[in-house]
Amino acid sequence: MLSRVAERVYWQARYLERAENTARMLNVFSTLLLDLPPRTKLGWHSLVEITGTYQAFDAKYKQASERNVMRFLLVDNNGHSVLDMLAQTRENARTTREIMPTEAFEQINNLYYFAKDNAASGVARGPRHELLEEIISSCQQISGLMAGTMSRGEAYCFIRLGRSLERADMTTRIVDVGSGNLLPALGRVDSNEDVAADAHEPYASTLWMNILRSLSAYQMYRQHVKHRVNAVDVVAYLLQDEEFPRATTHALITLTHVLKKLPNNTKVAKQVDKTLRFVQKGRIDLLLDDGLLKYIDDLQMEIASIHQKIADTWFLPNK
Amino acid sequence: MRINWKTYNPGPFYDEIISSPGYARKPARRLVSLLRSLTHEELQQKKMAAELAIKTMGISFTVYSDAGNIDREWPFDIIPRIIAEKEWNHTSAGLQQRLRALNCFIHDVYNDQKIFKDKLIPKELILNSGNFRKQCVGIKPRFDVWAHICGTDLIKDADGKFYVLEDNLRVPSGVSYMLENRRVTKRVFPELFENYNIQPVTEYPNQLFDTLAAISPRPSEYPEVVVLTPGIFNSAYFEHSFLAQRMGAELVEGSDLVVEKDKVFMRTIDGLSRVDVVYRRIDDLFLDPSIFNKESVLGVSGIFKSWVKGNVALANAPGAGVADDKIIYTYVPKFIKYYLGEDPILPNVTSYVCIDKVQRQYVLQNLDKLVIKPANESGGYGMLIGPQASKKELADFARRIKADPRNYMAQPLIALSTVPILGDRAVEPRHVDLRPFVLQADKTYVTAGGLTRVAMVKGSYIVNSSQGGGSKDTWIVGDD
Repeated sequence: MLSRVAERVYWQARYLERAENTARMLNVFSTLLLDLPPRTKLGWHSLVEITGTYQAFDAKYKQASERNVMRFLLVDNNGHSVLDMLAQTRENARTTREIMPTEAFEQINNLYYFAKDNAASGVARGPRHELLEEIISSCQQISGLMAGTMSRGEAYCFIRLGRSLERADMTTRIVDVGSGNLLPALGRVDSNEDVAADAHEPYASTLWMNILRSLSAYQMYRQHVKHRVNAVDVVAYLLQDEEFPRATTHALITLTHVLKKLPNNTKVAKQVDKTLRFVQKGRIDLLLDDGLLKYIDDLQMEIASIHQKIADTWFLPNK
Repeated sequence: MRINWKTYNPGPFYDEIISSPGYARKPARRLVSLLRSLTHEELQQKKMAAELAIKTMGISFTVYSDAGNIDREWPFDIIPRIIAEKEWNHTSAGLQQRLRALNCFIHDVYNDQKIFKDKLIPKELILNSGNFRKQCVGIKPRFDVWAHICGTDLIKDADGKFYVLEDNLRVPSGVSYMLENRRVTKRVFPELFENYNIQPVTEYPNQLFDTLAAISPRPSEYPEVVVLTPGIFNSAYFEHSFLAQRMGAELVEGSDLVVEKDKVFMRTIDGLSRVDVVYRRIDDLFLDPSIFNKESVLGVSGIFKSWVKGNVALANAPGAGVADDKIIYTYVPKFIKYYLGEDPILPNVTSYVCIDKVQRQYVLQNLDKLVIKPANESGGYGMLIGPQASKKELADFARRIKADPRNYMAQPLIALSTVPILGDRAVEPRHVDLRPFVLQADKTYVTAGGLTRVAMVKGSYIVNSSQGGGSKDTWIVGDD
């Protein structure tokens, strides 16, 4: 398989996954809003922080209002919006049409046109849910179609590499924002209102439930974790569970399996193992008191390093 | 409201569907009656369905403009063009004859140069041609074939007969649209197919692969064939990826290939992998920066030498474009007689070459009646349509012809045939041409029909998609 094609297929899968995850995040954030006390200062800005795009956002908008953030992450032409991600997916698919199933390209193409025509409607709260659900389910349909029609050769390996790595990364970001940005926001509303300390407890668990939902993890969590929804168990589940497909650990384990089918995999495999050990040894109960942010930062660095090794090993050298 | 064929008026032109108001030609009868059985609304629905299918299937082409490159949906009209099988068999034989003669000529030019010695064509005419590559002298490609893929433009004149307008021997494009047009028609208009025996077009990618495999320097059942594209910004990128997909070949860009020890390899995730045949869709001059255009970033350094040494096959061969020249075109009927000893099956359009003193005189005196074409442009660029030109344009072209007579030829304005398109209100006649694709290696092959291009603007003769042209599915239909 050509290095250039491998690279495009990989990015196509990453962008498709990123579009889906971004849509999930926007969806859950919007729902969460309805569950929290009205005067909670829910930081819309944290959405652009999760996606690592706050610099671009701050350069364009003065105020992190709901509309501005939604516009930025849904439709703006900035490389970070769902629409742009789908455009990237389409572009990478268009330039690898010779190896992709025709139906997959057609669906990606249709999804792009759907988003192009409709994404702006999601800036307003009313039609937002329906729009995002449609995008999420279309993304899943495309992944399913590829799973059902592509033979398990090298091309499919690179799709799985891209998808799994993107999932591993996105889950850390969602945990990051939940614990780092939203939880303190709840604390603020409580101290302002001067309510009893345990009164914010239901809101905290609402928050974590929504975070689980954003990754479609709520039901699986309930079935596999017997405790009630709480910070330690949710963070541990999302980062360290081996069975849940969107858990960082599961995504990394998937990588180790996929790698075995590819040539010259040593360097990448080593980095994946290192990352796996790192995520597994974290004591979430202790980290939640102190050091979780640094732990997640370091984890994200390790994940970025996996990408770097993949690029060094299989993609065309940068000119 | 239904189509009223009595108000369909092609004027003085040969119409391929209607012989006189209200009367369909024989092969088109069933099509005309089916179209009449549908209401205006039904037809408009089909039209919209076709537009949607083209969008979904991602059939696009790129238009270069000041505002950047735009990926546009392919323009298509849903009424197919119909050609009788018997007429096509004759045309097809003529196309194969023509390509065989052209290949004899190219091989002769780069080897024995007998044709110059026999004074059939002035040597200078060839050696000064912008498409003559002196680096190719003495090379003998497999089967002595240089142009493996040829797109020949045909037109029908007022007498209803096919004439050859030009031979495209460099990197002719359009065949993917021929294939996709059929796919769209099948999707949106399946009922049309019920009453006709239509030759399928889907065989082309297999025939192309066989042609390319046949010229592989390493004998093998599955040689490594790649399609070399200039990249996603090229106007024909859609076609490059389409053909690679249909042939199961790799689609490569220059940066994917590397030459080591005069052999061509592609960079894969498992290291370097040998390439046998390159179907290159980039121009000669960009093919190898070590030989031709030094600035080229599209090509592959060393690939030319690898070809000279016989380690890789290139289709079309570098230098094949020497016969893709509108002045050389005027000599092709003579080539057929000279190399094959046969009479040409397909006629040329009457042409005047400006390098000849007498003919130039005629051209200059009749500029306002003729179409003037530069020798080496394609896509309809750089042309002058005399009857539609301003005084200033005429004077400007007269100057250009006098300054560089070798670079110009002229033809009478041909009364291009018409076919109906489905307009917003009614069916209307529009001018068309036809580009069949011809292959040659160990054997020759012609597509069943070709790409019909339509001048979508009323009265216009310009069929190029880059200049507002459209296209049609083209049917070769049997008698039964």
